[in-house]
Amino acid sequence: MPSPRYKNSKIEKTFVTALLVFGGIVVSIPFIWMILSSFKPANEVLSMPPTFLPSNPTIEHYVNLFTNMNFGIYLRNTLVIVFFSFVGLLFNGMAGYAFAKFNFKGKEPIFYMVLATMMIPAQVTMIPVYLILNQVGLTNTMAGIVLPGLAAAFSIFLFRQFMSTIPFDLIEAARLDGAGEFRIFFRLIIPIAKPVFAVQAILTFIGAWNSFLWPLIIASDQNLYTLSVGLALLQGQHSSNFGLQMAGAAFMVVPILIVFAFFQKYIIQGFTMSGLK
Amino acid sequence: MRYAYKNRHPYLFIAPALFILICFSILPIFVAFGISFTDINLRSLADWSRINFVGLDNYISLFTDQVFLISIYNTVFYVVIGVPLVIICSLGIALLLNYGKNKLYTMFRTVYYMPSITNIVAIAVIWGFLYNTHYGLFNYFLSLANIDAIPWLEQPTIAKLSLILLAVWKGIGINMIIFLAALQGIPREYYEAAEIDGANRWQMLRHITIPLLSFATFFVTITTLIGWLQFFEEPYVMTNGGPLDGTLSMALFIYRNGFQLSEMGYAAAGSFILFFVIIVVTLLQFKLRKAETEY
Repeated sequence: MPSPRYKNSKIEKTFVTALLVFGGIVVSIPFIWMILSSFKPANEVLSMPPTFLPSNPTIEHYVNLFTNMNFGIYLRNTLVIVFFSFVGLLFNGMAGYAFAKFNFKGKEPIFYMVLATMMIPAQVTMIPVYLILNQVGLTNTMAGIVLPGLAAAFSIFLFRQFMSTIPFDLIEAARLDGAGEFRIFFRLIIPIAKPVFAVQAILTFIGAWNSFLWPLIIASDQNLYTLSVGLALLQGQHSSNFGLQMAGAAFMVVPILIVFAFFQKYIIQGFTMSGLK
Repeated sequence: MRYAYKNRHPYLFIAPALFILICFSILPIFVAFGISFTDINLRSLADWSRINFVGLDNYISLFTDQVFLISIYNTVFYVVIGVPLVIICSLGIALLLNYGKNKLYTMFRTVYYMPSITNIVAIAVIWGFLYNTHYGLFNYFLSLANIDAIPWLEQPTIAKLSLILLAVWKGIGINMIIFLAALQGIPREYYEAAEIDGANRWQMLRHITIPLLSFATFFVTITTLIGWLQFFEEPYVMTNGGPLDGTLSMALFIYRNGFQLSEMGYAAAGSFILFFVIIVVTLLQFKLRKAETEY
């Protein structure tokens, strides 16, 4: 028997679907326009009325990004940041595990302190963090860009939530078999916690790939710029070359959209799983 | 000592993350508070003897600084219009998406979520093009309907609204997912019972769905409010606070003073005012929520 909630009339269903499709198209316009414009030669981008599909498609803007705009270096820096953010992810996982599965002196207050850091706005810490890094000589270095972002309270919290569902018996059994604590974490806990690691890995990748403000503040040398800082620079220097700007934007956005399209199921599950509902 | 060694493992596990949080989140709070009472700037960084304790001077001058007052006005403008818009739009879309379960609905979930994961600079670049007065797509659409070109980013009030439009577009995704997760957690029996009692769609929405979403709404409201109070990247990349400081937010004011004008003590004082506002608004929200659930 169909449940009464699904006795929706055909008209209603068509209406809802039409509304969703219309909204979806409106929301996607910036992306569609970005991709289409990035393949248009400079004079066509600015033509009025605009062409929808590029009439003389070209990849000159994409080539230009790498030959004249240093996007190769920016890409390398961004990937370095992504790599280190994964190291940070491991730290967060370890901390989440300890908060979930160990009893130790000071556990509660330390955990609340960790949570409290979520409330601190970036604007308050950015000046002192800059001063601290300046004091230890890490401004304008990759270490200075990477270090402050390695730990994140929200990530530690999500790991703790997930890991508190792992049965104690399992860990006890491994201990009786003589496994060391770190061996237990790497060989037993990480494989069990794969789903939460996967979600966080994707979110971490997105966050690191998009990192903008901090690299902008700490890096004065162009060789340390990330893709988004490079893109902001490009916007300032080539403000009228919209084809080039759209190619730069597409180069930043499309990889994320691909990663997301593959893994969106896990991200959305992850949010449901994390007890946010 | 022996206790510490025997129970070293949990401490070893939390040590790396904790060390980083202490160095880059907790310690900086105290540093920021300290320097907000000094005149520290880029020049005095090299020579600490030039740093002077100025007491409350920074705070006093902030409230006579016309630019800071404008940034407060703009931030309030962003919050008052932006926050309700984000909540209504994301809830509306979540309700629509919750209507069906087939592939189409899953696909559109992705479509609506996409803006919120894309890079803010890329977004600013794309929207800058769409908003362009002469070559932009938006004014072209308007011209098709015989409407005069709108100076999207060239007039202070319109520019604020343009930035809000962009930020709402970007902000819907994540909040919609939270609402959707909450909607899927509502037991279907409630609706079946209501239907037997003869409730119509609107009544079900008002008396079942909305009340049961109260925690999600609360969560979304708090995070959105805090986010909009710190509104920074959109005005920074799109307009750099202009025209005539019309889009300058408090966060951008702090950044500008701290890193462009190198008046770090002054900026730190501004950041504490922002922090104070955020704490007050958050506590107020918790208080309101408590009053609401008690009836």
